[in-house]
Amino acid sequence: MQLQTSSLLPEQASNFAGRVDALMLYILGTSLFFTLLVVILVVIFSLKYRRQKQTEIGVPLHGSVPLEIFWTLVPLVLAMVMFAWGAVIYMDFRHAPADTMDVYVIGKQWMWKLQHADGRREINELHVPVGRDVKLIMASEDVIHDFSIPNFRIKMDVVPGRYTTLWFRATKTGRYHFYCSQYCGTSHALMIGWVTVMEPAEYAAWLSGGADSNQPGAGEKLFAQYSCSTCHMPAGKGRGPSLVGLYGSKVKLADGTTVVADDAYIRESIVSPKAKVTAGYEPLMPSFQGLITEEQVLSLTAYIKSLQAPAAASDASAGAPHMGKK
Amino acid sequence: MHRTGELYGHFETLDQQRESASLGMWIFLITEVMFFGGIFLAYTVNRHANPVAFALGSNTLDLRLGAINTGVLLASSFTMAMAVWAGHTGKQKLITLFLILTLVLGGIFLGIKTVEYAGKFEHHLVPGSSFHIPAEDVSAAAAKADPDFSAHAQLFFSLYFGMTGLHALHMVVGAGLLIWLIRQSMQGRYTAKYNTPVEMVGLYWHFVDIVWIYLFPLLYLIDRRHK
Amino acid sequence: MSATESRPAEQLPEKHYLNADYGIRSWLLTTDHKRIALLYLVSVTFFFLLGGVFAGLIRLHLLTPKGALLSPEVYNRMFTMHGVAMIFFFLIPSIPAVFGNFFIPLMIGAKDLAFPKINLLSWYLYMIGGALALYSFMSGGLDTGWTFYTPLSSVYSNSAVAPAVLGVFINGFSSILTGLNFLVTVHTMRAPGMTWFRLPMFVWAHYATSIIMILGTPVVATTLALAGMERLFHLGFFNPQLGGDPVLFQHLFWFYSHPAVYIMILPAMGVISEIIPTFSRKPLFGYKVMAGASLAIAIVGFLVWAHHMFVAGQSAYAALAFSFLTMLVAVPSAVKTFNWTATMYRGSISFQTPMVYAFGFLGLFLVGGLTGLFLGTLGTDIHIHDTYFVVAHFHYIMVGGAVMGYMGALHYWWPKMSGRMYSETLARFAAVVLFVGFNLTFFPQFLMGYAGMPRRYHSYPPEFQIYNVLSTAGATILAIGYILPILYLLWSLKFGPVAGRNPWPSTGLEWQTASPPPTENFEVTPVVTWEAYDFENRPDLGLDKPVIPAGPASGHD
Repeated sequence: MQLQTSSLLPEQASNFAGRVDALMLYILGTSLFFTLLVVILVVIFSLKYRRQKQTEIGVPLHGSVPLEIFWTLVPLVLAMVMFAWGAVIYMDFRHAPADTMDVYVIGKQWMWKLQHADGRREINELHVPVGRDVKLIMASEDVIHDFSIPNFRIKMDVVPGRYTTLWFRATKTGRYHFYCSQYCGTSHALMIGWVTVMEPAEYAAWLSGGADSNQPGAGEKLFAQYSCSTCHMPAGKGRGPSLVGLYGSKVKLADGTTVVADDAYIRESIVSPKAKVTAGYEPLMPSFQGLITEEQVLSLTAYIKSLQAPAAASDASAGAPHMGKK
Repeated sequence: MHRTGELYGHFETLDQQRESASLGMWIFLITEVMFFGGIFLAYTVNRHANPVAFALGSNTLDLRLGAINTGVLLASSFTMAMAVWAGHTGKQKLITLFLILTLVLGGIFLGIKTVEYAGKFEHHLVPGSSFHIPAEDVSAAAAKADPDFSAHAQLFFSLYFGMTGLHALHMVVGAGLLIWLIRQSMQGRYTAKYNTPVEMVGLYWHFVDIVWIYLFPLLYLIDRRHK
Repeated sequence: MSATESRPAEQLPEKHYLNADYGIRSWLLTTDHKRIALLYLVSVTFFFLLGGVFAGLIRLHLLTPKGALLSPEVYNRMFTMHGVAMIFFFLIPSIPAVFGNFFIPLMIGAKDLAFPKINLLSWYLYMIGGALALYSFMSGGLDTGWTFYTPLSSVYSNSAVAPAVLGVFINGFSSILTGLNFLVTVHTMRAPGMTWFRLPMFVWAHYATSIIMILGTPVVATTLALAGMERLFHLGFFNPQLGGDPVLFQHLFWFYSHPAVYIMILPAMGVISEIIPTFSRKPLFGYKVMAGASLAIAIVGFLVWAHHMFVAGQSAYAALAFSFLTMLVAVPSAVKTFNWTATMYRGSISFQTPMVYAFGFLGLFLVGGLTGLFLGTLGTDIHIHDTYFVVAHFHYIMVGGAVMGYMGALHYWWPKMSGRMYSETLARFAAVVLFVGFNLTFFPQFLMGYAGMPRRYHSYPPEFQIYNVLSTAGATILAIGYILPILYLLWSLKFGPVAGRNPWPSTGLEWQTASPPPTENFEVTPVVTWEAYDFENRPDLGLDKPVIPAGPASGHD
């Protein structure tokens, strides 16, 4: 897992990143040149022409047409280079190549749902293979959002009522932030996630992670495949309640009533999560109706049953979610 | 700054005062063009996006009443121009007469508008929960071409009420200005030498008229079908 | 210090605009442009301080990644209200409504603006709009961002959107009437001999600003009215669920809001064009080009709005056009910067507080303007759009540029408005504190933005903390830089030395009348026979003749 380093430039992980950085450095160089030019001139003039006698005045120079032409044309030309260079990168970015791996993205307050072409779903996570052209086809269920990946140097608004697209080719394996970059309400800052760029072999393995439900550990695999752990973290610090020790316990609901977390409750929570919302949590959980078979619900229920708190008092260390099984 | 006669104290001459008033009114009218222009743009964009629903909306508008109103406003611009002429030639009684005629015609326009609006309420054509276009008015082809027909028709009526309402508001302001002018005129305040307020209100009134000249075809006439 | 001939300590004039009449009615019903300017001074200062409090809370909250101070709901209201208060109720009126109102008639030799009562109406419209915005802030706040993007603002937000939108709408008419007043005044009220090309550049700057005000503001009025109606009556202009288009809102909104930023900066540029010649004691270099550049900025500024929308989902070809035009609008600003620098060449330069602010403006506007190039360039904008890079860019222009210009104006014209001088040492110190605090607050935000931190975030990944801590530290220093002037300027009203008619001295007509000026501005309407910034032919200023060296170097136009 690679976090942003503390170097000034964030890591470059896509086909666009190096190009954007190079253009940025050109603009930076030009800007630094003019900044230094003006600042140094102002300092020199301030020193050289500072007032000596209280009643003196300056030399009455009014202007110079050649100078004006010169310092109009030079910035114009430099700016046109910026425009042209930037336009080339932008047109490339706005026109995805023909053969892309497509992922559908839905933004909604305040989470991201991603679906690969083969049906594999992710929440707030995007797994892609390195070196492959990937296109995201995006829409919003409510307000305008924006999907941005700084390490790739790209973003695109996600607008309700239409599709928008962006494309990239990841050039480096690793984990990179993605953010919502269009203010969308209360939890705009929480609408973030991770892009995981993997070697092609690893990616293929990840894709086929939906195991047969009869196999042992099937429920645990499903729990990871459907990204339940993104919200249901063991220490309870996620968007959803911890499931450790849930089975069989009494659950206080948002409407004030209390229920017992039995098999029926767990099934209902998966297919109709808004029916019984746990007190203290937002009704953010999407429904998995039609996405998970009844057999898979059973596997998941079995797995959740197995999540018991360890006998010793658990400390609050987050770390890698380690589901203790008895 | 005090007034001596008609001259306000911060001006040097009556000419400067008149020139300032005139330029000020023209600039104000330019801002009104930008103001109406914004909503006209929204209408144009939406008409282009929803031609079927908007065509139907246009056809529910009363062409006869709209045409009469157009004639009424054109006549009122004529009487207003006559008032300004009377001002320039110092015919004080005529100034008052033509201003009153302009006011009456403006009142007729607003009255007819009220009748039209009442009709919209009666026929449930006001956007909101009670909006309803009778099924027989919507051809099968139209409903098929535009599944969001009702929403888009409501968009038409929102813009209809917005644009004509804004225009009517400007007419009401104009009527208020006319009443003020009539009172001043009846006191003999306007002469050949000083009739700037009449001229300025005249400019305003003509502008409001011109806005209607654009509204009428945009709202009533495009995609008109004979019943 | 001042270069006037030695004479006994001056007295304030016996009768002037401040003591011409007493009582609250004489202020609230005044039609004197100078009193109206002071009414505005008090009200914009209030909104500036209010916006500053919101900013302080934001910066304190962002000291830690999880954000310990405010809940997300409250944080979102803070940045929204900071933006609304600062942009609509401080920056847009600031220089025009205070210094434009006060000095345009004086600079052109007129007794008042063309429409004094409409001037007062402008102030009341501003106050009504401001009251509605305050009502919105206090009754639940506003959390849509100052940009009011739909459908968040028109459908989903649970905050007091309608009164805020109505307040901004009404305030817009204040702006329109001010612009109208200035345009007519400059056309019809100039004193004999005050030809167009003898006008101070400050007047040209406000002329250009007024063009933007009258053409752009009505469009945002319509836009906000439509969004407000959508919210109140569940209509569908911008809501896709009812067949509307959210991107249409963005086009209509930015059609005004981009030119609005030129409303905020052109007057400040006009101020700098007054200060640098005065404290270099030579003409503004390239007068006609400077006037033309102001008009060019105003006009081309109307053609670039969708550079705020490069990743909004519009056509790529439209984006090309807008990026190209954005590069064009950058050029006149660059030209102005070179002309200001050239004005100092072979001048006689002094470093009183107004000039210190002018230097601050030059450096900070330069950085702000140049960073606009990163944003106007399509390839880089994809990366830095909606990040803290944008936040840093516009604060460099609006605070580093416009507010520095405002502070420079305040210190340049304070002696004329109040008749008194402030403490030069304290004032210069405050200006330097402001400059240092400002850079520490906002420079780290460029780095943070390029590293990817989005804007309008109430919490952030821990790797961005160091930038945020530096920024907050800077903000505390910045605050001191703003509080000090309030203290010493108020103090000077009672205890400052009498300034005299023309303390710097400067060549403008406003310095020919008493400090403070009489209500009617001039005892006798002046007749102008000299060019702008002509130190050479003004014996009344008590300065030396110029020393023109032999040779072809004089470069007269």
